[in-house]
Amino acid sequence: QIDYTGTEPSSPCNKCLNVSWDSTSPCTCTINFTLEHSFESNVFMYYGLSNFYQNHRRYVKSRDDSQLNGDNSSLLNPSKECEPYRTNEDKPIAPCGAIANSMFNDTLELYRIDNDTRTPITLIKKGIAWWTDKNVKFRNPTGDGNNLTALFQGTTKPVNWPKPVYMLDSEPDNNGFINEDFIVWMRTAALPTFRKLYRLIERKNNLQPTLQAGKYSLDIAYNYPVHSFDGRKRMILSTISWMGGKNPFLGIAYITVGSICFFLGVVLLIIHHKYGNRNTSADIPN
Amino acid sequence: GEQRSDVCDAALLEAAQRDKDPVLREFLRLLALCHTVMVEDRGDQLVYQAASPDEEALVLAARNLGYVFLARTQDSITIRELGRTRTYEVLAMLDFNSDRKRMSVLVRDPQGTIRLYTKGADTVILERLRRRGPKETLTERALDRFAEETLRTLCVASREVSEAEFRAWSRRHGEAAVLLQDRARELDRLYEELEQNLQLLGATAIEDKLQDGVPETIQLLKLGNIKVWVLTGDKQETAMNIGYACRLLTDDMEILEEKEVSSGPTLPSSHSEILQAHWESNNNLSGSGDAPCSSHLSQQCPEAPCHKRRAIIVSGEFLDKLLHTGEVQKEKKGWPWRWLRCDGAEASQDQADVVEKAFVDLATSCQAVICCRVTPKQKALMVQLVKKHKKAVTLAIGDGANDVNMIKTADIGVGISGLEGLQAVQCSDYALAQFSFLQRLLLVHGRWNYLRVCKFLRYFFYKTFAGLLAQVWFAFHSGFTAQPLYEGWFLALYNIFYTAYPVLSVGLLEQDVSAKQSLEFPELYVVGQQDELFNYRVFGVTLLHGVGTSLVSFYIALWAFEDHVGTKAVGDYESFSVTVAVSALLSVLVEIVLDTKYWTVLSLLMVTASLLLFCLFSFLTQSVDAFRIAPAIFRFPDASRNALTDPYVLLVVLLSLVVNTLPSLTAHAFSAILGRGTTQQRIHLKAKRDPEPSVELRSHVPRGSFRRRSSYAFSHQEGYAGLITRGDSLRARATHGT
Repeated sequence: QIDYTGTEPSSPCNKCLNVSWDSTSPCTCTINFTLEHSFESNVFMYYGLSNFYQNHRRYVKSRDDSQLNGDNSSLLNPSKECEPYRTNEDKPIAPCGAIANSMFNDTLELYRIDNDTRTPITLIKKGIAWWTDKNVKFRNPTGDGNNLTALFQGTTKPVNWPKPVYMLDSEPDNNGFINEDFIVWMRTAALPTFRKLYRLIERKNNLQPTLQAGKYSLDIAYNYPVHSFDGRKRMILSTISWMGGKNPFLGIAYITVGSICFFLGVVLLIIHHKYGNRNTSADIPN
Repeated sequence: GEQRSDVCDAALLEAAQRDKDPVLREFLRLLALCHTVMVEDRGDQLVYQAASPDEEALVLAARNLGYVFLARTQDSITIRELGRTRTYEVLAMLDFNSDRKRMSVLVRDPQGTIRLYTKGADTVILERLRRRGPKETLTERALDRFAEETLRTLCVASREVSEAEFRAWSRRHGEAAVLLQDRARELDRLYEELEQNLQLLGATAIEDKLQDGVPETIQLLKLGNIKVWVLTGDKQETAMNIGYACRLLTDDMEILEEKEVSSGPTLPSSHSEILQAHWESNNNLSGSGDAPCSSHLSQQCPEAPCHKRRAIIVSGEFLDKLLHTGEVQKEKKGWPWRWLRCDGAEASQDQADVVEKAFVDLATSCQAVICCRVTPKQKALMVQLVKKHKKAVTLAIGDGANDVNMIKTADIGVGISGLEGLQAVQCSDYALAQFSFLQRLLLVHGRWNYLRVCKFLRYFFYKTFAGLLAQVWFAFHSGFTAQPLYEGWFLALYNIFYTAYPVLSVGLLEQDVSAKQSLEFPELYVVGQQDELFNYRVFGVTLLHGVGTSLVSFYIALWAFEDHVGTKAVGDYESFSVTVAVSALLSVLVEIVLDTKYWTVLSLLMVTASLLLFCLFSFLTQSVDAFRIAPAIFRFPDASRNALTDPYVLLVVLLSLVVNTLPSLTAHAFSAILGRGTTQQRIHLKAKRDPEPSVELRSHVPRGSFRRRSSYAFSHQEGYAGLITRGDSLRARATHGT
């Protein structure tokens, strides 16, 4: 994982540290890193945030699920929970609420450095959200799916967004509310340190590893300011097995608890043998 | 009673019908004549009203054997002997009193002979016999056997009186009856003169028929550390007899009567006697254990060195004197007096209190307390005294209208529905049909219910802490913004559907030992008296357990999810919530499964129902359709399905479950192996001791005649004969037949 917040002056992203949300010119930086081992099978690319309380109560409430579900009346009249991100200049905001407003908008691109040639690595942006989210919970307003601009007529973009919601992606089935990055962001995290799935890197064929060991560079369009609340941003590359990604806690815990159980079992067996029999023999009447 | 008990010894009945034995004839005639029973002819039935049930029993016995008491006037009695109706003229009725211990009637039968029929206590009758031959010895042996069986005995005798003797005596009797001074003594002397040289006819024995199982019940209650006091309106001898009959009093007990409790004729000194004794006993108790009992204050031996079993018998008047004097004094000193003589008034009130306390202490140190001749008000007062001075729970059980006061005063009132009507039942908390049901009520159901309530409370606190404290821990990680960890529906339904039913079945049906064992080991009842199953310590342990469970559920999930990514559960709020919720719920359900000792179909059903309801409601509230209908209410679409099908989450839940279950499983295993549970301990202790002798109604001490307890069967007071001779209690009626 690579932390690219840029708080240290030596980091290439230091210049972008104090970027604000409405700066017109995007700030880009590049970080080079090396992979020691190849990554077999599918590789998942995450962005991680620290000290970002997505489980704040007021924050969690600040959304309108019926608007996100495509309800036309809620589209133009968002719920009161979204205050103060409900209307902007008398026009209803779609999507409303603080969660949507704070959507992560850095762009990350990965290049492989191969003897001074940079080859981009294909990042797949579909399939990162839950199926139920994409197909049930989040729906665009009813109407012609191809002309989202017209569907969102009468609304305005969230305050801190550079682009309105119907311009999140060119593809119609990833645009509007059903944009997967948006959906992933809207699924609030439980803890202040979290990571969210950003892109997938699919395995090309069985012979070659997905990501070979070697040098890589990460191009960042640094749009998301976190320095003001001492947050940190990271990029994480990980493979996952059936049990999930790298988190040794569960394995260690199981081994510990298992050995405690075994130990207790042995102790109780000894005690039962020594004292249990003695007790029962006292019951035999003379 | 109204029952017509036609149970009769066949041989005796046949002998009576044959009418060959003159002694038997006289015996039965005496039973039908010598009494103070009133009769009322109701249609085809003869209803007897007697001053005491003993007299009624004797008259009924005579009736069953063929000698029916038909009617009575002021100076005659009509009986039907084996079909022949005869009227006897009553010349004099020599009444009963507790000094003479006998009563007689002087009758002239239709042939003109004057006979004196006497019945009374065996001691006084046997003294006045003409001769003591083999028949008398036989009767004495029979009386011994009766006394061994704690029956109340009477001897009956008669003699013939000549006309001349009668006339002389009657004249003196008439003179003595109108004396102004010493009338009673003169009359007694005259009666004494007449009742000499009697011929013994036989002996009767009356059994105080207690209800079935009364002695066993009382034994069991005493073993269960319940003190049994008897408050009755009967007189002292009757109460003592009943006490012996039901094994409340035993032969090795020292009986303290009124004179020993307060020796002293005048009131203030009696108070000071008890006070002094009380202080002395207190001082002795604080001293070493070998202090000898002071001789003149024999009742206040401190308990530690003198393990004598004692019983105390007091009467109602004594209680009045002892305990109400303080009240009377308090009333006298009204409001203005208190200002002037503050310390005096308080001192007397304190003294009354101290006397009460001394009395209650003395009474509770005895194995049995019997109060006779108590009024209903005094019964309630006794209960109040115990409640005030001892931190004990009181139970009053009675069956008549005169018990209503005490039933209402006690903490638990039990009414027995019986012959005397339903007033006791209507004002009581529990109504039983027999006294012996009390043992089941207390030892089985009382104990079980205490156990059930304690387990219920413990579990309720535990599950609330275990389930819902996780939200507090979550607050530490959510910036203290009161964001709930669990989904709203889980919170709402947790207490209603998911965890309520198993504990409900525990509260209804739990047993720790079977009913049979509860009755066999009444010592187990002490558990409730000593607050062993739910006190501050137990509550603290439950609290800690719940806190620990919630910590484990939350932090295992937290550390597992921290920075974790999975195929499906991606560390988001809903999956995390579901994980913690499921681990907490399953831990709590496993805890109740471990805690339930007595499995019934209902318990099994409840546990499975809880799980099923959890699945069902999670499915319903998190279904996609519900979300479509009301997105604001059903906020977690598909959360469970998504999360719980992720194997990582299942492993996390399993781990939390195991870690949560380990401590209580270990504790259970320890106590099971080492037998440290209090119930098992007591059972083992008791089994090791010698088995208690079974409760019997007989005493094994053979008694000589001079040691025989004088338990004669007169349980009424004197004066009834006077009522009859004066005609106050008779209605003028035409007699039947000739």
